[in-house]
Amino acid sequence: METKHLLTGNEAAAEAAIIAGCRYYYGYPITPQNELINYLATRMPQVGGTFIQAESELAAINMVYGSAAAGARTMTSSSSPGISLKQECISYMAGSELPCLIVNMQRGGPGLGDISTSQADYFQAVKGGGHGDYRIIVLAPSTVQETADLVYDAFDIADKYRNPVMVLGDAQIGQLMEPVVFHKERKNNVADKPWALTGSKGRKKNIVKSFYPVKGELEVFNKKLQEKYKRIEDNEVLFEDLNTNGADVVLVAYGTTSRICKDVINKYESGNHQLGMLRPISLWPFPTKKIREISESAKAIITIEMSAGQMVEDVRLAVEGRCPVHFYGRTGGGIPTPKEILKKIDELGF
Amino acid sequence: MIEKVILAGYGGQGMMLFGKLLAQSVMMNGKYVTFYPSYGTEVRGGKAFYHVIISTDYIFSPVIDEADTLIIMNNPSFDKFQNCIVNNTHLFYNSSLVHLPNDLPDDINIFKIPATEIANDIGNLVASNMVMMGAYNCVKNLIPRSRFLYCLRTSLTGKKAALFEINKLAMERGEQYVQENYNINYDIGQDE
Repeated sequence: METKHLLTGNEAAAEAAIIAGCRYYYGYPITPQNELINYLATRMPQVGGTFIQAESELAAINMVYGSAAAGARTMTSSSSPGISLKQECISYMAGSELPCLIVNMQRGGPGLGDISTSQADYFQAVKGGGHGDYRIIVLAPSTVQETADLVYDAFDIADKYRNPVMVLGDAQIGQLMEPVVFHKERKNNVADKPWALTGSKGRKKNIVKSFYPVKGELEVFNKKLQEKYKRIEDNEVLFEDLNTNGADVVLVAYGTTSRICKDVINKYESGNHQLGMLRPISLWPFPTKKIREISESAKAIITIEMSAGQMVEDVRLAVEGRCPVHFYGRTGGGIPTPKEILKKIDELGF
Repeated sequence: MIEKVILAGYGGQGMMLFGKLLAQSVMMNGKYVTFYPSYGTEVRGGKAFYHVIISTDYIFSPVIDEADTLIIMNNPSFDKFQNCIVNNTHLFYNSSLVHLPNDLPDDINIFKIPATEIANDIGNLVASNMVMMGAYNCVKNLIPRSRFLYCLRTSLTGKKAALFEINKLAMERGEQYVQENYNINYDIGQDE
């Protein structure tokens, strides 16, 4: 029988990374993701891995850069203010086409904000928090089990596209304990990486860089990057569709708020209207096509977030005015309640 | 079946252990469970509260706004969570430390448990959490006692292993107290 473990989202992410073959972790403590770093401080040495509590978030992400360049499966984690500090190097890693995992258990912002739960880092995660024309793949779990599953898959996706992947949770998912079942540990943990810096004896030397000073070279490289992003958009979109087919009103929510929306659907008792929900699991690439399809028949879409309204912009871009797109959100640790969402639906006349 | 229980006290009263053991035990019994802790303020004397949801189906939000059960260990906890009381809420409170207001609704079920006194009588003041656990499980009959004791035993390792017997006794005293005072028929469940 498969063994169930009662773990926090933070701990589940950490164990899933070990099982996925990650052996290099670098981080710096911050609430509400400390259980992750704490877990790996014990676990990494047990599996012969490297765990370093770095002197800062900047140092940690640059250590990730180094390990990734050497071809290793590697990760860091933090929460919102710490993730802001890592942005420069995330841009460098995207520019150097280095695979890694970054976990962000979001907390309240802006600035130091607070330690309560939030989804206000959506823009930063999906629009590129650093400089330059780059994308990172962003996956948003809604349960502890899904946190483990997405972390496990994230390493494969990162290696496949040579691109950083972010798992974007929030304080609630990080702190919440639920039963979780892990995949079997991989036999072959590291993908073949002929580009990695492994010592060039007997072969042509590899170069890992994001610097293209000769005029024209950068444009050629950027075009290649954009082609890769197009492939990711074509192949890596993930979402959960709950009764959107024929629905009059469709709620769009990810992560923690999607669980609340499922409760809303459960509680919504009106004979006249059908309520559905779309839950983007990959926030970039965004399920644009699916939302476009929904907007062709739905009478209204309501985006629910723990922010002042961020993902709703991508929903509107997908809908292109085909149906009205409304928004309900709470910020600064406020969590939308089913009652509040039902009131919003009622106010709209459904 | 769904049971939404809030455990609230101050840090050091053992509400986290209570919540974790409860969650672990029901998970082993094949139910869905969520355990959502307060965090960042884990200091002795600080606020400590935990939302535990047990269900035979998928659990939506792990945050409780309408509680089936409140387990209240000190006065500030009651003040904080009294707005979660609805029809038929079971309120278990540690009457050694908590004084309830007189104007409580009459459609709730109140269980007055002198948990700190009972724990003190058996010689370990900090076992008041297990007194409450015994009383709670006796009334709600959620898990076989043996399953809970198994989880308790495996969670008390090293030096703490010696504390198993006193915790077990505290739990039994809690069961006994509600049986004597509230006309509860308790099926302790089959040994597993």
